Amino acid sequence: MTWKQVFTSSVGKKLVMGLTGISLVLFLIVHAGINACVFADMVDPNENGEMFNKAAHFMGSTVLIRIMEIGLFAGIILHIFQGYLLTLENKQKRSVGYAVTYTDGSKWYSRSMGLLGTLILIFLVLHLYHFWVSARFTHEGLAPVTYNGVEMHNMFALMQATFTEWWVIGVYTAGCISLAYHLAHGFQSAFRTLGVHNKRYTTLLTTVGYAYSIIITLAFIFMPLSFKLGWIG
Amino acid sequence: MEHYHMNLNLKVWRQKNSNTKGDFKTYQVKNISSEMSFLEMFDVLNEQLISEGEEPVAFDHDCREGICGMCSMYINGKPHGPWQANTTCQLHMRAFKDGDTIVVEPWRANAFPVIKDLTVDRTSFDRIIQAGGYISVNTGNAVDGNALPINKDNADNSFAAAMCIGCGACVAACKNSSAMLFLSAKVSHLALLPQGEPERKTRVLNMVAQMDKEGFGACTNTGACEATCPKEISLTNIARLNAEYLSASLSAEK
Ligand code: HEM
Ligand code: SF4
Ligand code: FES
Repeated sequence: MTWKQVFTSSVGKKLVMGLTGISLVLFLIVHAGINACVFADMVDPNENGEMFNKAAHFMGSTVLIRIMEIGLFAGIILHIFQGYLLTLENKQKRSVGYAVTYTDGSKWYSRSMGLLGTLILIFLVLHLYHFWVSARFTHEGLAPVTYNGVEMHNMFALMQATFTEWWVIGVYTAGCISLAYHLAHGFQSAFRTLGVHNKRYTTLLTTVGYAYSIIITLAFIFMPLSFKLGWIG
Repeated sequence: MEHYHMNLNLKVWRQKNSNTKGDFKTYQVKNISSEMSFLEMFDVLNEQLISEGEEPVAFDHDCREGICGMCSMYINGKPHGPWQANTTCQLHMRAFKDGDTIVVEPWRANAFPVIKDLTVDRTSFDRIIQAGGYISVNTGNAVDGNALPINKDNADNSFAAAMCIGCGACVAACKNSSAMLFLSAKVSHLALLPQGEPERKTRVLNMVAQMDKEGFGACTNTGACEATCPKEISLTNIARLNAEYLSASLSAEK
């Protein structure tokens, strides 16, 4: 039993999906938490994203987080690559299809993980272009801002400038809704893949999965929308 | 329930052998009793075809009482037809009404190639069983069944998993043509009992390897298999299989 055999068997390939999927789920909790700082401006209109800019600055300033960033990218690339490979391979296992398809017992979104993943990917490319490429490389549209003598990027202003056109809000919203359905199935499925089979946990994890999908998605959809509608900024 | 008779249109997959391309043929059967089983209705069709000088439809069956797992028809988009927890042989014609059109296809999966018409080759399942679906028993007198204490939950779960009759409906229903429900039933059945302990690790590793070699797909946990299974094998078994696989592969010596 070599390591290669462990991770390239049909069960092993799913292990890769489950492990990377759960890492992404954990990452999104941090991501949503940091970004939710923009709502501070809703409470105090003179805040102008100070809390969010400081949090974003902190996230970009420690070595540990830089290392985790590499892990995150490796994870998502592995997830996308393995996800498409599985989708393709699984499809090839039935060369002659049915005249009437079977749909009992499974949710449409559990049968459409590849399609939902593709919609997430489209959003992701645009999203990375908007913020990650700008913050890390080009600094396009990024003005400096100084708090207590420390200079940092005004990411808040970049968000405000990004979320002005409806089509951008549309792509972000579609990406978030796709993510919600991806995780409505994926969350509990990942734990099954990792071997959780006690009924008390599977029931709990299904509920937590639905809650996570809805809360994270609403939090993310609310951000571009709030900028666009002028609720913040 | 009221006894009635019906006339039906059948759209049946006909295929000469594994090397030829098949297609659907339409047949009419008349005066079918609602008390007949689905296979008896096919017997009527075949008698009719023989008397017309045509080749009868080849289909698998053996016990005709829901225990052998041989019958394998994909009826109107459902493996084993419209009834829950039921095999094709135990499906009765009262599930249909006069004038219905019924589409009948073979199990579709590359690991189950069509031999002829509705008959598919399921020896891939036999080879998966040969790879590890057994236990070692000493020769001599049979041991007293009650001599070995077994946890009640494990005994019940093992028994429920042992209900699998190896029909392959789970594969037929799965979008990935995955055999994971079947395999997980076999692995759970033995892993939950002390008798299965000696081969516990090699069993799961070898059976998964054989399943992959046979060309079945991976599992997406959609739940289609569980819904179609005539023996109501639980999806939970797949998660248990994953746990067995993980612990066996992480603790393997080599
Ligand atoms: C970026 C594009 C993405 C693609 C192309 C993609 C693709 C896929 C595919 C095809 C599957 C199903 C694999 C199978 O069981 O057959 C899957 C499962 C999963 N995905 Fe994604 N995904 C993407 C993004 C994400 C993101 C952002 C997250 C989490 C925040 C995520 C979390 C999961 C989880 C938890 C599973 C379940 C794994 C399992 O069943 O064990 N995915 N993904
Ligand atoms: S798990 Fe159910 S559907 Fe699959 S082979 Fe066994 S009895 Fe048939
Ligand atoms: S013929 Fe034996 S189960 Fe149907």
